[in-house]
Amino acid sequence: MRITLDFWSVLSEWPLLVKGVAWTLALTLIATVIGVGFGIACAWVRSQNTRAPGWLQWVVGTYVELIRNTPFIVQLFFIFFGLPAAGVKLTPEVASIIAMVINLGAYSTEIIRAGIDATPKGQIEAAVSLALNRMQTFTRVVLPPALKKVWPSLVSQIIIVMLGSAVCGQISTQELSYAANLIQSRNFRAFEAFIIATLVYLSLSVGMRRLLNWLGPRFFFGR
Amino acid sequence: MVEFSVWDILRNLLGAAQWTVYLSLIAFIGGGIVGLLLLILRLSKARGADTFVGGYVQLFQGTPLLMQLFLAYFGIALFGINTSAWVAASVALTLYTSAFLTEIWRGCVAAIPKGQWEASSSLALSFGEQLRHIVLPQAIKIAIPPTVGFLVQVIKGTALASVIGFIELTKAGTMISNATFKPFVVYSCVALMYFVLCFPVSLYAKSLERKMNAVRR
Repeated sequence: MRITLDFWSVLSEWPLLVKGVAWTLALTLIATVIGVGFGIACAWVRSQNTRAPGWLQWVVGTYVELIRNTPFIVQLFFIFFGLPAAGVKLTPEVASIIAMVINLGAYSTEIIRAGIDATPKGQIEAAVSLALNRMQTFTRVVLPPALKKVWPSLVSQIIIVMLGSAVCGQISTQELSYAANLIQSRNFRAFEAFIIATLVYLSLSVGMRRLLNWLGPRFFFGR
Repeated sequence: MVEFSVWDILRNLLGAAQWTVYLSLIAFIGGGIVGLLLLILRLSKARGADTFVGGYVQLFQGTPLLMQLFLAYFGIALFGINTSAWVAASVALTLYTSAFLTEIWRGCVAAIPKGQWEASSSLALSFGEQLRHIVLPQAIKIAIPPTVGFLVQVIKGTALASVIGFIELTKAGTMISNATFKPFVVYSCVALMYFVLCFPVSLYAKSLERKMNAVRR
């Protein structure tokens, strides 16, 4: 038995692949910025060092556990197919971004909280004795070293969300896996199309890890 | 027109949920066996083993599970074997799980002090005996909490098998919502069932972790 592979017929559709990569990166970028920001806010609520109101802690805790214990694809389907029944209509792209933000927000809450809880008590006391208010203490004293401590896990989580965005093609967001699907439906070279898409994802995740590890110390928390 | 009550939806979803459980178990057990073999291969310090296993882990952790499922589905078919979604999903999820478990367990073995290896080899234990009597019994203790925690990831991962047509909880949810036109209720129920499956496992993993930290302190 002979297996013939024809990668060329897939590669000749490169404009579709490029467009897919652009969408994947755009979704990831937006989801990362909003999601991590949201995660920081929720981590502030959940941390023991900050005294947030009890009901708010309960709301955030429920949110985190609900998201962390359900699959991303179900969250996505709920937002895209379920919410219109409740009167909220969304385009596939917006639904994808919302799902990714909510997902990353929950995971980054737990990651960042671990960093915040590891802050030595003396540092907070020192900040208070320097007359910094609660906001200043959090953004200037607690958060930067907390981010530094958890940066590797946060980077891994961002990459997991990027890889998870492959599922968004199922609701016809035109990202990379959607492009691969489209190509294979045109030329029936399914295996080759998915091999190429997989290799692109692999290089994206390697490249993103390098980039974020370089960015972190320079822009977010100092060396 | 037939009216579907919430009870009808729940009953049908419950029937599908058992396939989620079976698939999770297959992936977890299969992945555990393959992961253990990869771990032993890596520890044996055979030439090229470290590079091979490292590349394997990178490959499966650096690509989407969805792509792995598609590749298994279309790749096995390429060899002229008639694949069912069952086989493709089991193969892909097993390999995916094995990559993660072997990496988790490698960390646990690395946490065993080097002196244990040296002492056991000075007692003339062979590599297999060292693993069986000295290293693995200690490593297993550290390995249990993160392994249980990873089971949650496996259960959630099986949801993607719905995309290649394996009928489990998510796929059943899609089918039922197409039949009943009640996507809001159906997907809420689906999410709730995953939560009921995963949350106790998460809690158990957390309590194991806490217990272990208490011992170490």
